[in-house]
Amino acid sequence: MAAEIMLTGELLQESATQQKLPADKSATTRVDKFVFGIPQNGLTEIEREVPLDEPPPLPQNSELLYIGKPTPRYDGAAKAMGRGKYTADVQLPGMLYARMVDATIPHGRITSIDTSAAEKLPGVKAVHVIEHTYGLAELRDPKQEVPSRYPVIRYAGQPIAGVAAISPQIASDAAALIKVTYDAMPFVVDRQAARAADAPAVFPGPADAAGSAGGGGGPKGVQQVGNVHGPQRRNVGDVEKGFAEADAIVESEYFTQVQTHSALETHGFVVDWKPEELTIYASTQGTSSVRDEFAEVFKLPKSQVRVITEYMGGGFGAKFGAGNEGVVAANLSRKAKAPVKLMLDRKQEHIVCNRPDSHQKLKIGAKKDGTLTAIKLESYGTAGVGTGAGTAGPATNLYKCPNLLTEEYDVFINAGPGAAFRAPGHPPGCFAFEQAIDELAVKLNMDPLAFRDKIDDSPTRKVERKIILERTNWAKRRQAGADSGPVKRGMGIAQSVWYRFVNMNSSCEVRVSRDGSVELMSAVQDLGTGTKTLLAIVVADEFGIPPADVVIRIGDTRYPIGPDSGGSVTAGSITPAVRNAAFQVKQKLFAAVAPKLGTTPDNLVLRKGQVVFKNDDSKSYSIKQLAAKLPTSEISARATRGAEYSKERLTYGGVDYVELAVDTETGRVHIEKVFGAHDCGRPINPMGVISQINGGIIQGISYALFEERVMDRKQGYMLNANLENYKILGAREVPEIEIELVENYIAQSSTDAAGIGESAGIITLAAAIGNAFYNATGVRMRRIPMTPANVLAALGKASLEVTA
Amino acid sequence: MSVTPKVEVSRRGFLKGAGLTAATTVLDSAAAIAHEAREAMQEDRSVGPNALPVKLHVNGQDHTVTIEPRYTLAETLRDNLGLTGTKVVCDRGSCSACTIWMDGIPTLACMTLAIDSVGRKITTIEGLSQGDRMHPVQAAFVKHDAMQCGFCTPGMVMSCAALLERNHDPQLADVKHAVSGNLCRCGTYPKVFAATLEVAQEGKRTARLLTLNTAVEA
Repeated sequence: MAAEIMLTGELLQESATQQKLPADKSATTRVDKFVFGIPQNGLTEIEREVPLDEPPPLPQNSELLYIGKPTPRYDGAAKAMGRGKYTADVQLPGMLYARMVDATIPHGRITSIDTSAAEKLPGVKAVHVIEHTYGLAELRDPKQEVPSRYPVIRYAGQPIAGVAAISPQIASDAAALIKVTYDAMPFVVDRQAARAADAPAVFPGPADAAGSAGGGGGPKGVQQVGNVHGPQRRNVGDVEKGFAEADAIVESEYFTQVQTHSALETHGFVVDWKPEELTIYASTQGTSSVRDEFAEVFKLPKSQVRVITEYMGGGFGAKFGAGNEGVVAANLSRKAKAPVKLMLDRKQEHIVCNRPDSHQKLKIGAKKDGTLTAIKLESYGTAGVGTGAGTAGPATNLYKCPNLLTEEYDVFINAGPGAAFRAPGHPPGCFAFEQAIDELAVKLNMDPLAFRDKIDDSPTRKVERKIILERTNWAKRRQAGADSGPVKRGMGIAQSVWYRFVNMNSSCEVRVSRDGSVELMSAVQDLGTGTKTLLAIVVADEFGIPPADVVIRIGDTRYPIGPDSGGSVTAGSITPAVRNAAFQVKQKLFAAVAPKLGTTPDNLVLRKGQVVFKNDDSKSYSIKQLAAKLPTSEISARATRGAEYSKERLTYGGVDYVELAVDTETGRVHIEKVFGAHDCGRPINPMGVISQINGGIIQGISYALFEERVMDRKQGYMLNANLENYKILGAREVPEIEIELVENYIAQSSTDAAGIGESAGIITLAAAIGNAFYNATGVRMRRIPMTPANVLAALGKASLEVTA
Repeated sequence: MSVTPKVEVSRRGFLKGAGLTAATTVLDSAAAIAHEAREAMQEDRSVGPNALPVKLHVNGQDHTVTIEPRYTLAETLRDNLGLTGTKVVCDRGSCSACTIWMDGIPTLACMTLAIDSVGRKITTIEGLSQGDRMHPVQAAFVKHDAMQCGFCTPGMVMSCAALLERNHDPQLADVKHAVSGNLCRCGTYPKVFAATLEVAQEGKRTARLLTLNTAVEA
């Protein structure tokens, strides 16, 4: 289960490798002029060499019919009416329901598994015991493990077996009848304790974990001492020299918690194993990665594996590949000769994936004028039995600094594996780094926003800061701790950076029928991010028909391959292929019908939704009228994403502003207002983009104030694997939110679209809240979640056992 | 060993009783279930719990399903009636994704046994719209993009539509209160509030127009 792309907050220099740039400059290209820049700064033009089959450059959004206009969700009515069929809703004739059996101890060897009682239960059709558990780090040298008949248990909740029955209730009964005996081993579930030299070893030797297609995973082959894996070290310049040159230095430690993904639809599959084809309905962020992994695990040709994801109930990074539950479901289906539905329950969902925690030691130096001289970060985090807890992304990539040293360590503990989670590494990294930057501004006696103007060379964030200055109360910001009463108010900002990744596995087909109907087909999936809608908009703009009139068929590997949705790649990867295919089929249509109109194809042009003669505006036809003249009943074109137009390495980002009130008597933090200014290339559907930013901001507040996985140190399992004790933000904690989108024309593809999932607020909010908390109280919150207990401890009003 | 006569209908006993005797007749009302249970109790039988046929009144139609007494209403709606618009997310009453109406009152289908729903009027998300015509709250959700992945959306819609049934002039705080149990992981809350408040405003406008018309006619 190899990672196709790594999105762990790595340096840009390393992560731009996916872009295949044009090497062959034969006569297959032309030079076009593209609109370029940020409207607030005045748009310019830039020349790019593009392949001949690329469509002409798009003008800016204000001149377009549908692109850039708020468009209601393509499948909005289906969702609002409860008609969308999610994987959890799939029902096939003769379908069985399956349940997983999980380890009840955190570490040990299975001595026996007795499935006989379960097999005898009426209604049970198949039982499968797992032979290899996926998702855990693997020993570099497997011989270091004492041979064992079953996989070694390394965390409570690790899947062991599955059972399929005619009803979910009987499957649950049967799961309870499977008897597992263990030979228990010492365990550790606390990051700090796991670092001790005499801590129980989670793995008997060095082990590495692969990331998923959505990122996550840590470095491979680095040193490992006990449970401490790493460091991954990056050393630029000479930090000690940099600190010696500094006029001001801030140095502190920061702590962040483990966050679980808590997608409302749990991970799950419906698998129908037939000799001729394996059909898999998957709640996944990547139909292609699921197909590839099933093919790999079951040694089937990819052509015999079909994956379908019509509706998907959230992933946030956790849902790539086959997973243990997918492999179990397929084995059960093969044994029972019937389709099997296996959805994880809520407890399992909380245990099998998470965002790693962190303990960061951060030191930054600057000269009196604000110039950064050195950044040093040492971070320890646990991704449980996985890796990928690095937090250096923001410190490395937000601001230029000549001297940088980052050392990231993963600490193994006996808990479920970390997974990619919305901007892996960045929310914890930003929580520390952007607070340290704020602290440095205070020390230099500079306004934190003005300080960022000095050190940040991103033109989009500069515009975003200006918007925040103009549209919020920032100018009225007071000294830290200015309120004399028990409730103290303050404001703060923080900034994010994310990277432009492009996945070249982005193809589609656009089809026009003689009745004028237009269809788009691609294997790409819609997680709820609005992919269907933005594809409809791109096709609609090319044909001059309303987006709702385009039929979007996606989420099926029978269609041309689509990118996995991780790292905000989807919009930027698939939309150019879609526009190119739509453009090409339109050219075919013009070529087919021009003779019947008594003109030439190059005399036909689309203007304001109508096809007109270039030399005679009075000749005007709808696409439907033209399609009716087709000599064949349909025409189609297939396109794959071309290379980026330039080698330039690009980032996206945002600036978020928070106003809050801290009740210093109860320790409660009330977020009152958030203003976010964000960029994502050329926005295709501002309505959907704003929805995603809303969501990122809300998830960010939730991360900062409420969420925390709690482990029982004595028993070794997760105490709050449910939605009442694992608190996520609810309606009553929603502040006033205002969002401003900054258009950024980057001239990189035929659409210039970019994703927004990562840089949507999830990165910045904890840091912005931390900075506002300081402004309110004069005290730094260096630990999240900012629960009343943690807040009162920081305010010196209650003692808190420091555990990490 | 002495036999203690049963004098109370415990939940467990009730289920056993109902499971025992009802296999031949469809239990179509709460009274019928109570009667069957009482008879079973009097005979002190404790076998079961087998599946039994019960009649549920869902979205204006009667459906007879054969279910075990332990089946929740959410499971029955989804697995037996194919009404999968009602989502199961936490399966223990902490997220409201499974909100349906029982006799018009928002109810958690994952915390309600199907047999306890016999004789009650059940409305699910599928029953809120008139064929392909959306309920005003559903239409407003689409207009405001009050959804992303959409998994919480049916429950949100049911909570918001119920609010507007009982309060024609809700304020923001009322909407927040009405959906305070509905968890959304994508963060659609602000748009849920906006959609619901807009429907309320439109309702008020319509009401005003009706008043005006009535006045004119008078």
